[in-house]
Amino acid sequence: MRRLILRRLGIGVVLVVVASAVTFVLIALVPGNAAQTILGASATPAQVAQLARELGLDRPLWAQYASWLGHALRGDLGTSLVSPQPVTATLDADLSVTLPLTIGAVGTSLVVGATLGTLAAVRGGAVARLIDLAAMAGLALPSFWIGLVLMELVAVKLRWLPATGFVALGASPLEWLRSLILPIATLAAGGVAAVARQTRDSVDDVLRQEFVTALRADGIPARQVLLGHTLRNAAIPVIAVSGTQFVAALGGAVVIENVFALPGLGSTVVQAATDHDLPLIMGAAVYFCVLVVIASLLVDVAYSLINPKVRLT
Amino acid sequence: MIRGLPRRPAALAGLVFLLAEIAAAALAPVLPLSPALSGNIADARRGPSLAHWLGTDQLGRDTLSRLIWGARPTLLDTAEAVAVALVLGIAAGVAAGFAGGRTDRTLVAVSDVIMAMPGMVMLLVVLSIFATHMGYAMVALGVLLTGPFMRVIRGATVAVRRELYIDAARMAGLPERLIMARHVIPRIRGTILVQGSLLAGMALLLSTAVAYLGFGTQPPNPSWGLMIGDGAQIMGSSPALIVAAGGATGLTVITLGLLGDGLRDIDTERWGIPRRRPPKRPRRPRSRGASVTQGGPSMGVDDSSMPFDLLRIEDLSVAYGAREVVSGVSCHLRYGETLGVVGESGSGKTAIARAVLGVLNGGTVTGGQIVLDGRDITDIAGYTPDQRASLRTGYIAQEPHASLDPTWRVGSLIAESVRRHRGVSRAEARRITIGLLAQVHLRDPETVARKHPHELSGGMAQRVAIARALACQPKLLIADEPTTALDVTVQAAILDLLREIQADTGMGILLITHDWGVVADICDRAVVLRDGQIAEKGTVTELYHRARHDYTRELLAANPALLS
Repeated sequence: MRRLILRRLGIGVVLVVVASAVTFVLIALVPGNAAQTILGASATPAQVAQLARELGLDRPLWAQYASWLGHALRGDLGTSLVSPQPVTATLDADLSVTLPLTIGAVGTSLVVGATLGTLAAVRGGAVARLIDLAAMAGLALPSFWIGLVLMELVAVKLRWLPATGFVALGASPLEWLRSLILPIATLAAGGVAAVARQTRDSVDDVLRQEFVTALRADGIPARQVLLGHTLRNAAIPVIAVSGTQFVAALGGAVVIENVFALPGLGSTVVQAATDHDLPLIMGAAVYFCVLVVIASLLVDVAYSLINPKVRLT
Repeated sequence: MIRGLPRRPAALAGLVFLLAEIAAAALAPVLPLSPALSGNIADARRGPSLAHWLGTDQLGRDTLSRLIWGARPTLLDTAEAVAVALVLGIAAGVAAGFAGGRTDRTLVAVSDVIMAMPGMVMLLVVLSIFATHMGYAMVALGVLLTGPFMRVIRGATVAVRRELYIDAARMAGLPERLIMARHVIPRIRGTILVQGSLLAGMALLLSTAVAYLGFGTQPPNPSWGLMIGDGAQIMGSSPALIVAAGGATGLTVITLGLLGDGLRDIDTERWGIPRRRPPKRPRRPRSRGASVTQGGPSMGVDDSSMPFDLLRIEDLSVAYGAREVVSGVSCHLRYGETLGVVGESGSGKTAIARAVLGVLNGGTVTGGQIVLDGRDITDIAGYTPDQRASLRTGYIAQEPHASLDPTWRVGSLIAESVRRHRGVSRAEARRITIGLLAQVHLRDPETVARKHPHELSGGMAQRVAIARALACQPKLLIADEPTTALDVTVQAAILDLLREIQADTGMGILLITHDWGVVADICDRAVVLRDGQIAEKGTVTELYHRARHDYTRELLAANPALLS
């Protein structure tokens, strides 16, 4: 187990370095540069060149990246070009929105999706067709469309939940939950559909296996065959793809936070992209990568716990 | 592959819809559409009408016209991303799958990195640099989609590479590049088409999302993403716009999915094993009287059915759908005896075992009777678990590993059955389990109980399966090819074990096999099955020395060592 974790952490570090380097190179392609952005369009070329030198932008690209990486390793991701805030301060604050949002969405996807998928596989018939249809809609409709429609129906028409905005957990736990319900439901829609399909195929697959036949022939109650044996086996491939679910939820959060005006990583990254705030975008890319690495590590650990065939390695 | 489409209406409809959509977008300048960029404000926020089939937006512009004009950037962006993903994914996937070794490892590592990157953020990085040029962002999206796509192509290539004609082409000295282009890519084009349509769906959803966020096409020009944003603003008073724009996106993704599913099915039919039609067999008149002699000549007193038989099968027929796999089979098994059911694969012997167990998995008993220990169990398929458990029938399957739940420890698996059948406490079940493991001669039963099935050899796993079958203290043990998957030396040991347990407990064994060696070793009597009917039956000695049926002689001749 310890070897597994160490190995995944090693891969994760490599991944974060590679991804940040790719981002860095992409940013270097920008026509104009950070100095131009800071000073605005009215600056003279001499002023820009002066600031570029101060910022070290005249050095070779690898040297710039090395110095960025050196600072990053000490927890310094630079300062935003737009606000005087350190990048890490902005992004840390964002995490308190994005983390509950994505964790809630992935959790909902897994619980609801697995339940529906199992129901479809076991019941068959009309129930299965209905679930198939819903899954198809969930996968085919853009998530932000689902979010906009939910907002109109649940928040504007029925006034059950707030339409937009975010209330900090510390300010009011109840309002915090209410402000997150719609975004989580929206973000989970695609995931529920994907997990339901995966679970259904997986349960179908296990139900055809010889050991299930043997258990039924032995007179083991249907409940026990399903809960004790079938689902445990069917969960293995579902857990294997739940890492993808988390990556997808992080990507989806970028759009959904904008729909619901939530002040999270996604809103920040879109704003930064619009403002050409490159240090902030760079920092956000690193935060996202680190989250992905942590999530896939947790998935691997869960996977090895449930699948005895990998538990030893 | 396209030729197979007319037989798949859903996929065909998908294709027609997509082509119509592309044609409309391409022909937008010459179609008689209302202006897309201007409208009469007096007509704003209208629902569908004759003048505006899909209604109007907040500025009175015609929704249908804007959808068709908006399809142009939307579909072009999508096509661009898909084209990039296809070119890169096929090249990298085929190269990795075909070359193997270091090339493979490198490319797989690269795709790992791509898949772990936060795609949406990388997309925004590119957009922050080239804000209004969606082209670059779509190339980036294409690269991001390459990660998973390349892996599927690689998998398909690896499967093809192992095929003989690829070896033949190599030996004929064809250059590798030519083999990949001429033999590998055409062979996996089904996979490419299926994955391509899935990719297109994903790319479409992502490009609409990016457009909704305000990148790419700028107002007043329409794109589907922007139109959904417009629709959201007027949804309260006029929901037509958001429904139309969301519907166009959703329908396109669905049709891409339908097309992909259809192409996959056609591809499976084309390359997969052709679906076998059941051989047409003249239907046997179903009358009880006639069936007694159906199995060929009866063989003396020894074979007659007695009222105190453990298992009596009379005139049993089993069908899977319209295909009858067992036709009018009668046989019986006495207490403490072993009956062999012998035949080639497909002769219906496993169906008989499953009919007695009540687990035909899609098949049904269409006629006849099964009596176990004086109790008619013909409709066992509908029994509750309690009723099944009360029958005390043990079952051993051919593949010991497949018949044991891989996620459970061996000890828990046996204890589950012990508790079920004997109603004892957890601790007591534990003790009995260890006893059973010892009874099947597993050394160090305590250690074995803590292992998972995959940690055991085939022979050990089969002993565990037998121990589990013994948990119910079986009166009848059904063993379906219990030694086929095992090494020869292990086979003999397993048969010895079955014989020993039978001597101890007096259970009857119904042994399904194709192996005359096994029959000779352990069975008292045997029935020979052919095409679902009994070709011959009798004591094993009789069958060996006076095989009357040509078929039995043929089967025996296939095992020449046994005739000496």
